[in-house]
Amino acid sequence: MMSTNQALGILLQIYQSLLVVALAPLLTGWVNQCRAWLQNRSGPGVMQPYRTLRKLFHKDAVMAYNASLLFRATPYIRFGCMWLAAAIIPIIAVDLPFSPAADVIALVGVFALARVFIALAAMDIGTAFGTLGARREMLVSFLAEPALLMVFFTASMISHSTQLPRIVEALAQHQFVLYPSLAFAGLAFLIVLLAENARIPVDNPATHLELTMIHEAMILEYSARHLALVEWASSLKLFAYIAIGIALFLPYGIAEVGAMAGNWGSALPLAIIALLVKLILAGAALALLEALLAKMRIFRAPEFLGTAFLLAVLGLLIHFLLGA
Amino acid sequence: MVGIFPLDIADAIIVSLMALGLMGLALQHSPHLITNIIFPLGAIASLALAATGFWALGEPVSHTVLPLGLPGLPLHLSLDPLSAFFLILLGGASFGVSIFSAGYFKSMPGNTLGLLCLEYHLFLASMALVLLADDAYMFMVAWETMALSSYFLVTTDHHVPDIRKAGFLYLLIAHVGAIAILLSFGVMQGGHGIGAYTFAAMREAHLSAFWASVAFLLALFGFGAKAGLLPLHVWLPEAHPAAPSPVSALMSGIMLKTAIYGILRVTFDLLANSLNGQQWWWGVLALALGLITAIFGVMFAAVQGDMKRLLAYSSIENIGLLLVGIGLAIIFHVYGKDTLAALSLTATLYHSLNHAFFKSLLFVGTGSILHATGERNMGRMGGLIHQMPWVAVLMLVGVLSISGLPPFNGFVSEWLLLQAFLLSPGLPNSYINMLIPVAAGVIALAAALAAYVMVKFYGVIFLGQTRGEVREHAHDAGIRERIGLSWLALACVVLGLAPVYVVRQLDLVTQMLVGKGLGNATPGWLFLAPVDMERASYSPVFFLLAVLGVMLVTALVVHYFYHGRLRRGPAWDCGYPEQTSRMQDTAEGFGQPIRRIFEPFFRIESELPDAFDTHPRYHGRSEDRLWYALYLPIKRITEKLSSWASLLQHGRIHLYLTYTFVTLLVLLAFV
Repeated sequence: MMSTNQALGILLQIYQSLLVVALAPLLTGWVNQCRAWLQNRSGPGVMQPYRTLRKLFHKDAVMAYNASLLFRATPYIRFGCMWLAAAIIPIIAVDLPFSPAADVIALVGVFALARVFIALAAMDIGTAFGTLGARREMLVSFLAEPALLMVFFTASMISHSTQLPRIVEALAQHQFVLYPSLAFAGLAFLIVLLAENARIPVDNPATHLELTMIHEAMILEYSARHLALVEWASSLKLFAYIAIGIALFLPYGIAEVGAMAGNWGSALPLAIIALLVKLILAGAALALLEALLAKMRIFRAPEFLGTAFLLAVLGLLIHFLLGA
Repeated sequence: MVGIFPLDIADAIIVSLMALGLMGLALQHSPHLITNIIFPLGAIASLALAATGFWALGEPVSHTVLPLGLPGLPLHLSLDPLSAFFLILLGGASFGVSIFSAGYFKSMPGNTLGLLCLEYHLFLASMALVLLADDAYMFMVAWETMALSSYFLVTTDHHVPDIRKAGFLYLLIAHVGAIAILLSFGVMQGGHGIGAYTFAAMREAHLSAFWASVAFLLALFGFGAKAGLLPLHVWLPEAHPAAPSPVSALMSGIMLKTAIYGILRVTFDLLANSLNGQQWWWGVLALALGLITAIFGVMFAAVQGDMKRLLAYSSIENIGLLLVGIGLAIIFHVYGKDTLAALSLTATLYHSLNHAFFKSLLFVGTGSILHATGERNMGRMGGLIHQMPWVAVLMLVGVLSISGLPPFNGFVSEWLLLQAFLLSPGLPNSYINMLIPVAAGVIALAAALAAYVMVKFYGVIFLGQTRGEVREHAHDAGIRERIGLSWLALACVVLGLAPVYVVRQLDLVTQMLVGKGLGNATPGWLFLAPVDMERASYSPVFFLLAVLGVMLVTALVVHYFYHGRLRRGPAWDCGYPEQTSRMQDTAEGFGQPIRRIFEPFFRIESELPDAFDTHPRYHGRSEDRLWYALYLPIKRITEKLSSWASLLQHGRIHLYLTYTFVTLLVLLAFV
């Protein structure tokens, strides 16, 4: 017999993951639109990513002669990984039944799995750009991934758990207490977010200039439905990262399934509104950041990410020393 | 009624392994019999050994005294959970490798094959004996047999001068290590005279803190030499590429683990009485050495161009990770936090098992590639996924496992190790409290770099366009090689998907070592939750099903609502018309960022061609600074000392007679 809570939890789980998958391109569209405004352009509108996806799905896929099965499977694997990430992260509610399947370390593992596959797929055709992109992507990630892990460690030290829901609960209860360790972690997380989502200053999502591209270089050979899935997964990834940032550093207003048993009618809409407001603000902030920063040379990127790693380790160290 | 103990079975299997080796030597005139019968029988014996270990895990400890050995010095054997666990590792991994060998060595000439068969099975038997030995004498005999048989295996192609050199280096370091182990046993025996050489007597010996530390340091040095711990790692990247691939697999996958077994045996069993709060620095030392070794190994792996050298350096990294786990366990144990010690030990043992399987898988896989292409340099391969789909798919499993990606096995042990770090606050020593977050950061860095290395390894070998001209005749592995590879890959998947079950078995071992098991917070098999469900949990099955489910649904939806039309065309590549296979990254190119970032750690020799050169040649080597800073000075000192000694040595008989005479006179003066 399932209790009402469990049933509600599963419903919420399905609702959340569908909502995230549907909303992710909108967030990308919003960031692009904000950037267009900041650059004094009128912009394509926030719905543009959906139109692009629709166009791509209708096209016939073209694939290089020597593409292997790995190349074909990767967009699906990446999409599946990002969907799973979106299902684990507490985005509108905390107590989701899916979350015990993977904690924060496994979440980092999901991102790593997706990354390894896309890098391998980039090498599959054997073009100069593909391997260049794969090499640079791995270069960026080998510093960004441990930094992300250290950020999570700091948060889980504070909350005595590596389960995201527990972390969010613990952090949400301490209303507006500033943890010095979390301040360092937050800064490190911001750098990781920019790097992992192919944003300026590490990469430029709008470029096809050969010498600077990273992510775009890897997916050059994809077309039609495969490209659509890759793009959609990238949107999902950006959404997931922003959601993690919100969950760790601004968790206020999130709904708890247990507490909602009585009054879920009011808690859930409130949680969704809070989420939307936070996403709108975060997207605008991201666009502003991108408008203000300049793309850096590829060999400056390791220094930039090394800073993130050191900041994150410092945050953890401060937690050990100060206990906060 | 006398029952049959697992130990008796294990003895019988070891004897039959030796017999198989001898039969192989006798059959050297009919090589097909060796590959068709002896190697498969050896594989079955290995599997039986694993089954025996599995049986012994839950049984009480059994002992036996062999009627062999010197007068008054009988040989003791025993089988406890620690030995049993490593027997499972040995048997499980060598089963796959032996089956693979049955196919791999098919084309070898008879006389070489006969010798190799003897050495191979002797190597397996001696490793099993190392695990079963219950006295210092037996242990050293088995240990030396292991070193010698593996030396001869490494130098199978002894007509190549480089291979002889690699073999000599291996033998030298193995023996320096063996001396340290022997001395360590001597210290632990505590001067109690003859008869105190059994492990049982050593457990009882009460050593002062100083002598216990001396014994520990000697053991760490000795076993570290075998494991490839920094700075005793230099033989590994030389010997592994020199040996035939299945031998590299055994050495890297299993033999390095006997050193881990030795460290665990000495620290948590023989020195258990002396392990108390004073010895916290043992753990710190092991932890620090492990971290340095791990980072060093993975950094060097990233810049290698030879596929087997790359894997050898990756083994150094993994040994580093194992030592970190041991160091952490020592720290927790001396401060009385035995549940956490059990967690770190579980992570260590789990990772040993994982490494045995995925490293064997990758090494034997390189054997298939070597057979198919005749090439060890990754820069001349590429696109092998089309010619060798079996090997490519099975090695992808190994690559994902070793990169520590969920839901494969490497992730589980890394996850457990990181959990151990996360649970560490509250140790009474503030220095250690500061070291631990830094250590966790280094582990995370090593794990991320390992993914870099493995993307390079797989991408350059299997993906992209075919480089060079030899690849036209590349062929996939034969049926036996496929079975061997499949077994190892299957083990990686199963160990990744059933961590709850494995951890429950490992509890029996940690119970013995630190008196605590990990248990599982949840009763089911679905969620792995080492300490309690609220703290951390992970469910690989759930994970896999979710990703696969989404993939399937997405593919169906896309194909149903839109279409599945696909055209093939030339690669797009931003519209550049000229595309040759030389435009892809080679192994050198892929490792270049790492070489640049960690430049101070390498000794780089490179030669760039001139812009007007009509036959441009690029040459680059990244070498180990330690070789020049440590080994060559030692070599020079040794040579100098021996040249002084040779002043006495002229090879003339009358001079030696004079020496004898003078000595006699001096002695007479004393009398």
